[in-house]
Amino acid sequence: MADLTTTAPRAVTNPRATLQDLLPKIVLAPSFALILIFVYGFIVFTGFLSFSGSKLLPDFSTWVGLNNYVRLFNHPNWITALKNLAIFSVLYIVVCSFIGLALAIFLDQKIRGEGFLRPIYLYPMALSFIVTGVAWKWFLDPGIGLEHVMQSWGWESFSFRWIKEGQMAIYTIVIAAVWQSSGFVMAMFLAGLRGVDNEIIKAAQIDGASTLTIYRRIIIPLMRPVFLSAFVVLAHLAIKSYDLVVAMTDGGPGTATWTPALFMQKFTFGRNEMGMGAASAIIMMMMIFAIIVPYLYSELGGKKK
Amino acid sequence: MRKFLMSTAAVAALFAAPMPMAHAEESVEVLHWWTSGGEAAALDVLKKNLEAQGVTWKDMPVAGGGGEAAMTALRARVTAGDPPTAVQALGFDITDWANQGVVGDLGEVADKEGWDKVVPAALQNFAKHDGKWIAAPVNVHSTNWVWISKKALDAAGGKAPETWDELVAVLDKMQANGITPLGHGGQAWQDATIFDAVVLSLGTDFYKSSMIDLDPAALGGDKMVEAFDRMTKLKGYVDKDFSGRDWNLASAMVIEGKAGMQMMGDWAKGEFLKANQKPGTDFVCIRFPGTQGAVTFNSDMFMMFKVGDDKKKAQLQMAADIEDPAFQSSFNVVKGSVPARTDVPDTAFDDCGKKGIKDLAEASSAGKLFGSMAHGYAAPAAVKNALYDVVTRHFNGELDSKAAAKALAEAVAAAKG
Repeated sequence: MADLTTTAPRAVTNPRATLQDLLPKIVLAPSFALILIFVYGFIVFTGFLSFSGSKLLPDFSTWVGLNNYVRLFNHPNWITALKNLAIFSVLYIVVCSFIGLALAIFLDQKIRGEGFLRPIYLYPMALSFIVTGVAWKWFLDPGIGLEHVMQSWGWESFSFRWIKEGQMAIYTIVIAAVWQSSGFVMAMFLAGLRGVDNEIIKAAQIDGASTLTIYRRIIIPLMRPVFLSAFVVLAHLAIKSYDLVVAMTDGGPGTATWTPALFMQKFTFGRNEMGMGAASAIIMMMMIFAIIVPYLYSELGGKKK
Repeated sequence: MRKFLMSTAAVAALFAAPMPMAHAEESVEVLHWWTSGGEAAALDVLKKNLEAQGVTWKDMPVAGGGGEAAMTALRARVTAGDPPTAVQALGFDITDWANQGVVGDLGEVADKEGWDKVVPAALQNFAKHDGKWIAAPVNVHSTNWVWISKKALDAAGGKAPETWDELVAVLDKMQANGITPLGHGGQAWQDATIFDAVVLSLGTDFYKSSMIDLDPAALGGDKMVEAFDRMTKLKGYVDKDFSGRDWNLASAMVIEGKAGMQMMGDWAKGEFLKANQKPGTDFVCIRFPGTQGAVTFNSDMFMMFKVGDDKKKAQLQMAADIEDPAFQSSFNVVKGSVPARTDVPDTAFDDCGKKGIKDLAEASSAGKLFGSMAHGYAAPAAVKNALYDVVTRHFNGELDSKAAAKALAEAVAAAKG
């Protein structure tokens, strides 16, 4: 009975106000429904697939429990892919952050021609990874690229053939990826540097701090949120890395440059092992969640305090 | 990607269902990946034949990657319940689809035209499922060929090698003459194509027990170690930059005289012909030394799907046209392969084509016609790729021969599980 008394006054309120209340919900509903089905729905679908014995087509008549995951972690190509992911993501994130920060600091020195230099560093980001990959494949190919040119210029002993060597090929992918992304990281840091309060720097200068100390003790520590954003952006790019690898080496030489995303595509669509492919996709998703969830927690949770 | 695919499939399902009603006239919808110049021209012959009989050809080309992209498109169509009439397909992919219960039945036309008698039995293993004809084979490629530059061969003694030792001697001489003896592209399937021939050169029984029956003892045994040793030997004759090279670039090396020979299926012949080279005078085609009399094949087939009664007649018509001897001859002269039926006259073919037809008939009647592992005619995709992994890792020096043989047996066991 108490409910009735509390809801009664709402019925009398202005219908316009009710509409205003509902409108945002109505507008958002279609995209919400689409995302619910096509993102989260299919995550659940993939999760089911990974426990099924699906081969060529989705097949929910046979359940194999964790067998797909067991086979996945016993597969030498998956182990190679995980090792490559570790090498790639650590080097990619560290080198990109370092180069990006260095470029940003140099550009922040109020130098002449900044407006001309900044886009030069940023433009690689405008290319797709496929274009980057093909260009670097040719550039690093010993027969037509760097090595060939150096030798034809007279430096006969010059040798740079990492892309053809199983042990080193993954590093050539790091080189291409760093070239592509460090300009973007630079832009992030530059925005961060421009946001630093001048008062703090002036105060430090009055106290007699050198430029180096100001950067080391004040500005770079202030960049912490930028580091965090750069890390999240780069880390998920690293886990998803597929197009660059396909364009540069297609997993070769041998199986030396397989990555988890390449594994997922090859097993699901090439090898008719949809169950195992789904299992690898779920593992990749868990890796991304392991990065994103703490980040979101710190970002959103922090503001509530 | 998968999300995209599934959503596309779902949308396609919504729109596709009422579609067939709109087409009263007879038509076939054909999914294929023959989009490059020579292939498209060859397929055009079939299209014209059908159109002359009043059947409209709805083309659905999905280019790229040896058909992998086409198979992905097919998944979406079948999931949506609207398969195309006919799909170009290879080997165990056909068997895999047949196991899903979505393929049609060509029995009517196959019985009438007596396919059972003219199509080699080894091909029937794939074109028939549970005793029913489900696919119409278009051609037979054989994979155990060696393409040798005549000039390089003459400089190396002039005699085409017939045994493994003679092959090694010729390769050594070519190396001494200052050219790359073996033109090769370091992609997994190309490594596997050579591996096919090497295994076959160690005996047809060995090929059958290891590559087709997947006997663990043969896969991990001493003979397999020897096969891998031979691969190591061949690796010594490729140039430094072989990794990742496309097969046609390796053919170009032989054509230009930079390399002595290439071990590749008969589609390589097209590259030589396009460069205005003549069989016998500019290049020599031989079977991989030690495999004369036996053939490893792969065959392009059009797999027919279950369609409504309104499309059935056109589908059977298409199947009949594919197996028409005149079409088989004109198509395969263009494509570089040999006809999928053994009663087609060889008059229109060049010397290598004639040899191919003769070798195929001989191998088929002697029971030495085997599906090629490298091209998906010996084992299903999962096993095939597991074999690829080991062969390519060994060829790139990650494994020694003993470890490779052991890994081969393990990989096959894991892929079957």
